[in-house]
Amino acid sequence: MADSQEAKRTRLFHRQSAWTRVTHWIWAVTLFFMVTSGLQIFNAHPILYFGRQSGFGDKQYLGPQAGYGNRQFDNKVLDIHAERRGDTIIGVTSIFGHDFDTSGFLGKSGSNDQPIFQGFPAWATIPSYYDLATGRVIHFFFAWILVATWCVWLFASLINGHLWHDIVPKARDLRRLPRDIVSHLRLKFPHGRSYNVLQKLSYAAILIIVIPGMILTGLTMSPGVDAAWPWLLDLFGGRQTARLLHFCGMLVIVVFFVVHIVMVIAAGPINEMRSMITGWYRGDPEAAGEEV
Amino acid sequence: MSKFMSNRRRFLGQLGAGASLLTLAACDSFDDWLGIGDPLPDFLRKANVLTREAQRAIQGPAPMAREYPASAIREGQRPNGSTDPQTADYLAVRQNDFAGYRLQVTGLVDSPLSLSLDELRSMPSRTQITRHDCVEGWSCIAQWTGVQLSRVLDRAGVKPAARYVVFRCYDPMEATPSGHALYYESIDFIDARHPQTILAYGLNGQTLPIANGAPLRVRIERQLGYKMAKYIRAIEIVDSFAKIAGGNGGYWEDRGYDWYAGS
Repeated sequence: MADSQEAKRTRLFHRQSAWTRVTHWIWAVTLFFMVTSGLQIFNAHPILYFGRQSGFGDKQYLGPQAGYGNRQFDNKVLDIHAERRGDTIIGVTSIFGHDFDTSGFLGKSGSNDQPIFQGFPAWATIPSYYDLATGRVIHFFFAWILVATWCVWLFASLINGHLWHDIVPKARDLRRLPRDIVSHLRLKFPHGRSYNVLQKLSYAAILIIVIPGMILTGLTMSPGVDAAWPWLLDLFGGRQTARLLHFCGMLVIVVFFVVHIVMVIAAGPINEMRSMITGWYRGDPEAAGEEV
Repeated sequence: MSKFMSNRRRFLGQLGAGASLLTLAACDSFDDWLGIGDPLPDFLRKANVLTREAQRAIQGPAPMAREYPASAIREGQRPNGSTDPQTADYLAVRQNDFAGYRLQVTGLVDSPLSLSLDELRSMPSRTQITRHDCVEGWSCIAQWTGVQLSRVLDRAGVKPAARYVVFRCYDPMEATPSGHALYYESIDFIDARHPQTILAYGLNGQTLPIANGAPLRVRIERQLGYKMAKYIRAIEIVDSFAKIAGGNGGYWEDRGYDWYAGS
């Protein structure tokens, strides 16, 4: 019954250009492999630092050698490891020196019979077993795809107006923000032709800030790029801070992905998927008219 | 209110359906295609050539890796990889502070060399405070002193056919049927002739310690740590590394790592 009534109140309109749809699905695949191979790389050294180098702090890393002096320092921000507590070994995630037991997910995962002691668990990494070399090969392959896709998307979106009309939030959008938040909280989503303001803000943040930021912080970790563009080191405050920001950017992308999927499901997965595959979207005529 | 309830019920139901779909896509389903030598990673690895060419293009002719002030040295250089080789050859050569050590320079050169540490130290030296970046992700700033590789190459005289500089090392890696595989690495002449590429015999103002590659290791400041071979026994100038060990130009390269390690 709802369908026939809805069909009277709504109509189909073309919402997504081919550029938007094609780049969307390339991003979906690319970001999946970038996050999972990135976590594989992270597992090689699941510690994050602040600044230009890594302060190893405790002596366990230190071998017998000259040149050490007594100036060991510790600039760890995040440290995922396993440690012995009584007669068991637990996974520990240490954030600014505060320890959390994250057994089962971070530091220690796998089954009780066959525990795996690594940063992120096997189900989150590609390959699932520890293989830094292959993780890097996958990561850099898809990094090129990501850069190319972003450039194509930016160029096409500038030309066809998608960036200005649909992504960049305007003052009028921001005035609607409180109303939009309330309607989202009530699980009522506007089905207009244009994105609502929360969509615009989140898409703009991901596409204009986070993805370029991930590319630049990724490049800052490259000693070859640092030699060519040393200003990257100054921009991000050092290679290790860039690595920290790269990790934080990954967390933002994962949170965005989860919310994005939840929103698609909540707003009507068939309709949303159709619009992102064929471009055609069923929405409110008045909302469509109002926003065009 | 009833609209809200039905919305919420539908929402939760769809959420559950979506979550169960996601769990189907587990990461280990890709494992079967990603072993060493499988075609897929070999295909993906071709991006490394693009990376190398792109980096060389933006680097221009003589880009230097950043050099840091002495105040940036805040701890000792973290030893990594081999830290105390135990082969008979190395144990013999390390006696009496490496008094019997000779660096062999062979291959496509006009005059092969056999240089003692004193001879290397008497050549013009370069000291640089640089950041060492490990492939694992950590970084450590230290001061390195040594002779520029280009000076050694010039003394030997490089033949026109030469394309790569191969570092042959003392440190044993994994056991193979014909004894231990010894560490080796290779670079091209863009990096070999770079002013910051030095054969280092000093670290943080002292003699290079055994844990960091004594008596001689190479610094290649625009690439990652695994390129910077330690415990160098010989330098071999070649036109191809296809017939050396696994044929990929380095111990780790033979195990899936990229040959160009500028990223």
